[in-house]
Amino acid sequence: MELILSHYNYWIVIFLMMAGFYTVISRGNLVKKIVGLNIFQVSVFLLYISIGNVEGGTAPIVIEGAEKYSNPLPHVLILTAIVVGIATTALALALVVRIREAYGTIEEEEIHEQDQSL
Amino acid sequence: MIDQHVSLLLVVIPLLAAPFVAVLPGRHLAWLATQIITAICFALAIYQLLQVLQGGIISYELGGWAPPWGIEYRIDAANALLAVIIAGIAAITAPYSLASVQREIPQHQHSLFYASFLLCITGLLGISLTGDIFNLFVFLEISSLSSYALISMGKQRQALTAAYQYLIMGTIGATFFLIGVGLLYAQTGTLNMADLAARLPEVIQLRTVHTAFGFILVGVALKLALFPLHLWLPNAYTFAPSVVTIFLAATATKVAVYVMLRLNLTIFSSDFVLKTPANEIFLTLGIIGIIVASATAIIQKDAKRLLAYSSVAQIGYMIIGLGFASIAGLTATLVHIFNHAIMKAALFMAIGAIFYRIGSSRLDDLTGLGRQMPWTFGALIIGGLSLIGVPGTAGFISKWYLVIAALEQDNWLATIAILGGSLLAVIYVWKLVEVLYFKVATSERQDVREAPLLLLVPTWVIALSNIYFGFDTTWTVGVAQTAIKMLGMS
Amino acid sequence: MSNSELLLLALTLPLAGAIGIVLTDRWPNIRETITLVCAATLGLLVITIVQRFQAGESIALSLLEVVPGLAIRFEIEPLGMLFALVAGLLWFVTSVYAIGYMRGHHEVNQTRFYAAFAIAISSTMGAAFAGNLFTLFLCYEILTLSTYPLVTHADTPEAKRGGRVYLGILLGTSIGLQLLAIIATWMITGTLDFRHGGILAGKVDPMWSAVLLALFVFGVGKAAVMPFHRWLPAAMVAPTPVSALLHAVAVVKAGVFTILKIVVYIFGIDFITQSNAADWLIWFAAGTILIASLVAMTKDNLKARLAYSTVSQLSYIVLGALLASQLGIIGGAMHIAMHAFAKITLFFAAGAILVAAHKTEISQLDGLGRAMPITFGAFLIGSLSIIGMPLFGGMWSKWYLAMATVETQHWVLLGVLIISTLLNIAYLLPIPLRAFFAKPPEGKTYNKIKEAPVASLIAIVITATACLVLFFYPDPFYQLAVAAAKGN
Repeated sequence: MELILSHYNYWIVIFLMMAGFYTVISRGNLVKKIVGLNIFQVSVFLLYISIGNVEGGTAPIVIEGAEKYSNPLPHVLILTAIVVGIATTALALALVVRIREAYGTIEEEEIHEQDQSL
Repeated sequence: MIDQHVSLLLVVIPLLAAPFVAVLPGRHLAWLATQIITAICFALAIYQLLQVLQGGIISYELGGWAPPWGIEYRIDAANALLAVIIAGIAAITAPYSLASVQREIPQHQHSLFYASFLLCITGLLGISLTGDIFNLFVFLEISSLSSYALISMGKQRQALTAAYQYLIMGTIGATFFLIGVGLLYAQTGTLNMADLAARLPEVIQLRTVHTAFGFILVGVALKLALFPLHLWLPNAYTFAPSVVTIFLAATATKVAVYVMLRLNLTIFSSDFVLKTPANEIFLTLGIIGIIVASATAIIQKDAKRLLAYSSVAQIGYMIIGLGFASIAGLTATLVHIFNHAIMKAALFMAIGAIFYRIGSSRLDDLTGLGRQMPWTFGALIIGGLSLIGVPGTAGFISKWYLVIAALEQDNWLATIAILGGSLLAVIYVWKLVEVLYFKVATSERQDVREAPLLLLVPTWVIALSNIYFGFDTTWTVGVAQTAIKMLGMS
Repeated sequence: MSNSELLLLALTLPLAGAIGIVLTDRWPNIRETITLVCAATLGLLVITIVQRFQAGESIALSLLEVVPGLAIRFEIEPLGMLFALVAGLLWFVTSVYAIGYMRGHHEVNQTRFYAAFAIAISSTMGAAFAGNLFTLFLCYEILTLSTYPLVTHADTPEAKRGGRVYLGILLGTSIGLQLLAIIATWMITGTLDFRHGGILAGKVDPMWSAVLLALFVFGVGKAAVMPFHRWLPAAMVAPTPVSALLHAVAVVKAGVFTILKIVVYIFGIDFITQSNAADWLIWFAAGTILIASLVAMTKDNLKARLAYSTVSQLSYIVLGALLASQLGIIGGAMHIAMHAFAKITLFFAAGAILVAAHKTEISQLDGLGRAMPITFGAFLIGSLSIIGMPLFGGMWSKWYLAMATVETQHWVLLGVLIISTLLNIAYLLPIPLRAFFAKPPEGKTYNKIKEAPVASLIAIVITATACLVLFFYPDPFYQLAVAAAKGN
C-alpha cells in the first residue's frame, strides 16, 4: 500500500496514459482522437518530470543555501517534447479542418462510408 | 574548415534553406533552390562516406560541447551509407519533381511543398547522423511531421485521411519511443548512444531496462511499418503526391530500419538482445509479413497500393536479416536497405510518370499504356525484375546474402519465406506488366504519349543503377561489411 | 585476335545485332541483312573457336567480380563448346527460315521479334561458355526473360496465358529451387567453379547430396522433367521459328546442358555413383520419357505433339546425365546435338505447313504431301532421326544411351528406351505417311497449295541434310562429348 501511495505520481502517469490511448483508439470523432493523443503525450511529460525530481531537491537554480537540486535535463527535454507535441496537434487540427472541408464531417465512420461509395 | 563540419552541414543546410524556400515566389525558384540544395547534400554525403571509409568513425561535437553532455554526431560506415541513400534519392527526385509537382499540386502550394520536402530531408538526415537518442526523437518528429504535411498534399481527398491516420499512428509510435528513452535515462542518466551502451551493462538486469527496450521497439516498429503495424502505409503511399511516395518509399522506412539496427547493435548490446525474444519476434513477424503482404499485393487494384504492400513485404526481408543477428544477416539488411531504395524509387517513378499523363494509378486505367509509354514501361520492368531478385539486378544481391544468412542458421522457414516472397513478387510484378501491355487501352487513352524527358531521365538513371549495383557491389556489400566491422560485430 | 577477344566477340555480337535491328526498324531489308550477317559471323566465330579449342588452346575470359569470389567468368570446355556449336550454327539457318516465315505469315512487331531473338542467342552463348555456376545462372535467367516477348509475340489472350505459364514455371523453379541449390553449394564448398570431377565430392553426406541434386534437376525447369514440363507446350503459342530454335534447341538445351554441367563439374560422376544421389531421380526422367510420349500420341495439334515429343527427348539427356557413367554423358551430350538438328527440321516443316497451307492439326494433313513434297520429305527424315534409325544422326546418341544403361545394368531403363523408341514411331511416322498416302478429304484438292517461301525451304533442306550427314560424320560432336566425359 505504501508503495502505491509513495509512487502516486507514477500512477497518475499510468492512468493518463491509458485514458489517452483508449480515447485515441475508441473515439470516432477526429478531434476527440487528437484530445486523446494529447492526454497520452502529457502523461509522458509528467513521467519525465517525475524522473527528474530529486528527493528534497529544489528547483535547479543556483541560490544560497540550497544543496540539492532537481535534475534540470528532463525539464529541458520535455520543453522540446512539448514543442513537438504542439506542432503535432496544430498539424492534426489543420488536417481535420481540411477533412471537414472535403467530406463535410469529422466522424470517422461517415468518412469511411463516403470513400467506400466512390 | 568545411571538412570538419560536413556532418553538421548535411543537417543544417536543408534546415536553414526550408524557410527561405517557403517564401520564394514564382514557379521555378523554389524548385531550383531545392534542386541545388539536394545536390549539395548528396555531394557532402558522398564526401562524408569517403572520409569514414578512409579515416574511420567521425565524432562531431555540436557547439563544441563534449559528449556525453553535448549532442554528438557520430558517423560510422552504416549511417554514412544511409545518408548517401537519403541525399541521393532526394537529389534524383528533385529534377523529377519539377514536372510532377506542377501537375499534381496547386501552384500556390509549390513553395510550401518544397519547404516541407527539405524539412523531411533534414529530419531523415538528422536521424541517421545523430549520436544522441533524444536528438534522434526530435529528428524523427521533424521528418514525420513534414511527411504528414507532404502526404496531405495529394490530389484526392483520401490523401487527407491517409495523412491523419499516419499522424495518429506515427505520434503513438514516437510517444512510445519517448517513454522508452525516458526510462533508459532514468536508469543510466545519459542520452548519448555510446555512453548508453557503456552504462547499460551495469543495470541490464533491471526490469525497467527491459520495459524501455519494449517501448522503443514497438515505437520504431510502428515507424518502419513492420507487419502488423503497417496499416498506415498503404493509404499514405497510394494517395500522397507521386514525388512524396517515391521519396518516402525509398527512404523513410529504411531510416526506421536503421534506427532499429542501431538500437540492437550499438545501444543495447547484441548479448542483451539475444536474451530477449526480440530476434524471434523479428524473424516471425518478418516471415509472416513477407508472405501476407506479398499475397495482399497480388490482389490490389491500384498500382501504387500494390507497390506499397510490396514495400511492407520488403521491410520483412530487412527485419529478417536483423533477426538473424549474424554478420551475413546484417550485411543483407544493410545491402537491402540500399537496394530496395533504388528499386522502389525506380518503380514508383515509373508509375508516377504514368500518373503524370493520366492522373490515375488504378490498374483499370493503366491498361495498354505500356505500348504508348515504352520507355516508362522499360524502367518499370527493370525495377520489377530487381524487386523479384533476378540475377544481374541489385535485388539479386540482397536475396543472395539473405538466403546465405538463413542457411547458415539452418532456418528453413525463413529460406522458404525469402524465396517464396520472390515468387509472389513474380506474380504481382507480372500483373502490372500484363495490365500495361496485354490489355488494350481504352478509347479515350489512345493519345496518351510517352512521359516528358524531365521524368524519364531520373527514372532511367535509377533504373540503370539497379543493374549497375547488380554487378558492382563494392559500394553496397563492401560498405555494409565495413559498417558491420565498425559496429563491432565479429 | 586473341582467344579471349574472340570469346567476348561471340558473346556481344548478337547483342550488337539486337541494337542494330532496333535502330533499323524502318527498313526491313537492312534489318534482316543485319540479322543474317550477325548470324553468319557468329557461325564462323564459333567454328574458329572450335578449331582453336581442338588445337588445345585454353580460352577464358574473366569480367568483373560481383561478390568476392563470385566472378562473371567465361571459360570454354567441351560440353559448352558442343552446345555453342549447335546453337551458333542453327541461328543462321533459323534466321534464313524466319525471314521467309515472318514475311510469308505477315507477322506484326517483327523488329521486336528479331531483337529479342538476338538477345536470346547472346544469352545462350553466355550459358554455353559460362565458367562458373553463377554466370550460367545469370545467362539462364536472361534467356528466360528475353524469350518471354517471343512467346507472347501474338499479343492474344492465349499468348498471355502461355506467357504466364512459361514465366511462372521457369522463374519459379529457378528462383525457388535452383537458386537455393546454388547458394547451398556456395556455402558448402565456397566456390561455384566448374571443375572436372566436381567440387562437392566429400563435402556433403549422401542424403543431402540427393536433396541437392533433386533441387538442381527440378530447379532447372528448362529441362522440363515432369512435373515441371508444362511451360514447354504452353510456349508453343510462339511463332514457329521461335519454337524451332528456342524451344527445340536453345532454351530447352540450355536446361539439359545445365544439368549435364552440374552432374559433370559440380557433383562429378564418380561422386554421384558413390552417393547414389541420382537413384530415385532417374525414375522421374524415365517416367517423363514414357508419359510425355504417351501424351504426344493424344495430341492432334502438330506443334503440341512436337512439344511433348521434346519433353520426352529432353529426359533422354537428363537420364544420360543421371546414369553418371561416361557412356551416359557421351550419349546425353551427343543427343543435345542430334535431337537439335532433327527437332528443328520438324518444327521448320510444321511452320512451312502453316504458312503454305494454313493447317495446324495433324488430321487435316491427309494428302498434303503431294503438294508439299520437300517439306514432308524433310519431316520424314527428321522423324526417322528422332526415332534413332540407322542412316540418321539420331542413332548415335541413342546407341550410347542404351550402352550406358547396359553398362550400369539398369535393365528396366533399357526397356524404357526401347518402348520409347516404339512410341516415337507411333506418334511421329504417321504424320508424313498420312500426308503422302492418305487421300485428301472428299471434294478437296490441293492444287493451289505450293511449297513454303524459298527462304524457309532452304533452311528445311539444310537441317534435314544435316540429319543424314551426322550419321556418317558425327565426329565433331562425338569428340567433344568424349572429351567432356573423360575430362581432357
